[in-house]
Amino acid sequence: MHTPYDTRLPPHLRALKEEIEGYASDYGLDFYETIFEVVDAEDISEIAAYGGFPTRYPHWSFGMAYEELKKGYDYGLSKIYEMVINNDPCYAYLMRSNHVVDQKLVMAHVYGHCDFFKNNAYFAYTSRKMMDEMANHGARIRSYVERFGEDEVEAFLDRCMSIDDLIDIHSMAIRRREDSVRFDFSPDAERPDLTQATRFKSKDYMDEYINPRDTLRAEENQRRKQREEAMKIFPEVPQKDVLLFLIEYAPLKNWQRDILSIIRDEAYYFAPQGMTKIANEGWASYWHSTIMTQKAMSASEVIDYADHHSGTMAMSRARLNPYKLGIELLRDVEMRWNTGRFGREYDECDDVEKKRTWNKELGLGRQKIFEVRRIHNDITFIDTFLTPEFCVQHNLFTYAWQEQSGQFYIESREFAKIKQRLLFGLTNFGKPWIYVIDGNFRNRGELLLKHQHEGVDLKLDHAAETLQNIQALWSRPVHISTIVDGKPTTLTFDGTEHTTKSGGEPDDPRRTNPGKTR
Amino acid sequence: MLERNGDRSMGQKIERDHQRFRKLVRGKVKSNLSKYIARGEMIGKKGKDLVSIPLPQIDIPQFRFGSKGSGGVGQGPGQPGQPMSPGQSQPGAGQAAGDQPGGHILEVDFTMEEMAGILGEELALPRIEPRGKKNIVSTKDRYTGIRQTGPESLRHFKRTFKRALKRQISSGTYNGRDPIIVPIRADKQYRSWKEVKLPEAVAVIVYMMDVSGSMTDEQKEIVRIESFWIDTWIKAHYQGVETVYIIHDAQAKEVDEHTFYHTRESGGTKISSAYLLAQQILEKRYPPAEWNSYLFHFSDGDNWGDDIPVCVELLKNKLLPNVNLFGYAQVESPYGSGDFFDYINELSGRFDNLVCNRVPNRDAILGSIKQLLSTGH
Repeated sequence: MHTPYDTRLPPHLRALKEEIEGYASDYGLDFYETIFEVVDAEDISEIAAYGGFPTRYPHWSFGMAYEELKKGYDYGLSKIYEMVINNDPCYAYLMRSNHVVDQKLVMAHVYGHCDFFKNNAYFAYTSRKMMDEMANHGARIRSYVERFGEDEVEAFLDRCMSIDDLIDIHSMAIRRREDSVRFDFSPDAERPDLTQATRFKSKDYMDEYINPRDTLRAEENQRRKQREEAMKIFPEVPQKDVLLFLIEYAPLKNWQRDILSIIRDEAYYFAPQGMTKIANEGWASYWHSTIMTQKAMSASEVIDYADHHSGTMAMSRARLNPYKLGIELLRDVEMRWNTGRFGREYDECDDVEKKRTWNKELGLGRQKIFEVRRIHNDITFIDTFLTPEFCVQHNLFTYAWQEQSGQFYIESREFAKIKQRLLFGLTNFGKPWIYVIDGNFRNRGELLLKHQHEGVDLKLDHAAETLQNIQALWSRPVHISTIVDGKPTTLTFDGTEHTTKSGGEPDDPRRTNPGKTR
Repeated sequence: MLERNGDRSMGQKIERDHQRFRKLVRGKVKSNLSKYIARGEMIGKKGKDLVSIPLPQIDIPQFRFGSKGSGGVGQGPGQPGQPMSPGQSQPGAGQAAGDQPGGHILEVDFTMEEMAGILGEELALPRIEPRGKKNIVSTKDRYTGIRQTGPESLRHFKRTFKRALKRQISSGTYNGRDPIIVPIRADKQYRSWKEVKLPEAVAVIVYMMDVSGSMTDEQKEIVRIESFWIDTWIKAHYQGVETVYIIHDAQAKEVDEHTFYHTRESGGTKISSAYLLAQQILEKRYPPAEWNSYLFHFSDGDNWGDDIPVCVELLKNKLLPNVNLFGYAQVESPYGSGDFFDYINELSGRFDNLVCNRVPNRDAILGSIKQLLSTGH
């Protein structure tokens, strides 16, 4: 069916690669060695279905993705131009049937990504040997499939994948707590015994008066009680990394724990790419356009290039294209820092005409955008550099859902609103914030999660199904407290049925406010 | 890691996951078959040999925002307060970074054979046994063998060449510097053929429908859905299937498929007219000795009183002895008595190739199909 073929670059592409790599380095891009693989359309669909890793673990959802990608390609609806893997060396895939102009464009684009992967702060903690790690993950899961059966492993994977977004993306850089040591069995030997009552120094014969036995005993009892109280509640502070919590505390078999940690590792690996979509794609697009238009393109290729470039940059009404938004914002930043349109003097200037022609000829643009690519993710990028002028120039608006008509309406063209909506959509990947509040809820070993409500309700049918999956991992009843239609509501799944309790607070009011603790 | 000269495990790997996905989808379609059948939504989408089934929600569930209170940022002209045009207002479009698939619906294609398979499994239908003696046997030549003699046009060049080469090498007449091979008579090899007898099961399906005034559109829709599935099932068992459509009120005529589903007459009902026409068509074009024939009659059971004995006679003497199956499905009509069912039902005790049932509404379609097709003839 599949005949093996050579995926190495043919000579003419090898020459191109060297040429474009040279341009990229000359512009100051800094990347790991980049290996291009040339593959057929069918295989590129396959690789894309596996998120770029041909050796990934088996799961039907990749088959589903493949079916969609392949259909999209077969019917001419979509085409994957480029795929690049954050790894050292970087891997990038080229489609064999693409025209030379496209190959050039893709190569230039890829070097932009490789530079971003290597230099952006949010990628600093990602594994650079993910190709190998993914292969190991795949091998491990395959061996579990052999030992425990396809159905069982698949059912477990389904559950894990259902919660693979419940991670704490910043915990890679910020230590939330000490790593727990699993084999430390001596909690009391080293540390002072906290339950012991305070004794005052005294001579023997005075002891009974200075440290009355009754008071001591009472204090000891009280402390013990406090300690027990404290031990009942864990985690000590609400924990956003639900996956980690489950790995540490859920009653799982070893192979299940391993699979869950594989899913978690991969989620953390992919997270920075989700956090920097706009900046990353913008950066890569900026460089493909710069390299192509200034260096690599021949006169006969202009039309094809323009066609494909504009195809990539096309905006639809309801969905901002990260490529377009990214490249335009970067160009805007470059222009502003070249002309000096920043800082107090510019901001305080009231003369529209003066502002319009403002030019201090600072020429700091290029330097500034390199700084952007080093320190920003999408949220900080937009928060820092989105300007009212930019929103007007690009005709941006916000839209909102209207319940009565069941339709989205254009809501506003105000800068503040646009920025707020944009940032909301990017915060936590535009997904709800879920915390583990209590792993021993009601002192019955039940799990209490909390959805920190930010104005948008959960999708209830999905939430119920997800809860069901978490319950299967936790094996005791699982609750999530959220707000539905303005009312505090707790959704519960106890293993057999779903219940929804609205209005009341959850039974354990000790910690239901993750935002305020610590 | 990708191996240097292409990865051998690629392709097979996605194939497995893809098969796994197809299996899942198949299971989903199977368990919701009655819903799909009742809605009749896949019939409109029937392509040449594929059926597309819209299949919502095969996504892995995750905590997500609902559409209430959601929104996002868009680009383009328009005043605040204007609705976004319908095509763009997909729920879930709130993500600015926009790689969320949103609330989209997956369309999965099935071949007609797969559909028949799903139907058969879900309804536990026995496979149809074509009536053996009525199978036409056709002969076909297959070139499978080799022999020493034959016409030059059938000479097997490669084998001839090989034999000649072998002979020349072993006899020492082969010269590597001047590699000329000359076959002689004894080297020559010819293709030979065998006659293969292929049983060719052919079938004809005759649909008869009452189009008298008392049949409403809803009832026609039921007939349409049922006949689609009957088609699917029967066609999976025969190489060649022909379909005949007959409509009748007080008199019967043969029509094409479109007319069959779209005609409305206002006359009275004389069922025997349809049976007579069916019998004539079978006799003339599809002699029972060669054809497996399947007759299905849909009516609201409101027949003209004097006609009933005629129908029963026709069934008993002409039709039932000669057909594989005669199915009578009575759709419930707001008008009419529907008492024809009782008469024909009486007969079904005596003929095991006569099946009768009632289809009061869409939900009953699945059961009716099961009953009609479970004879296995």
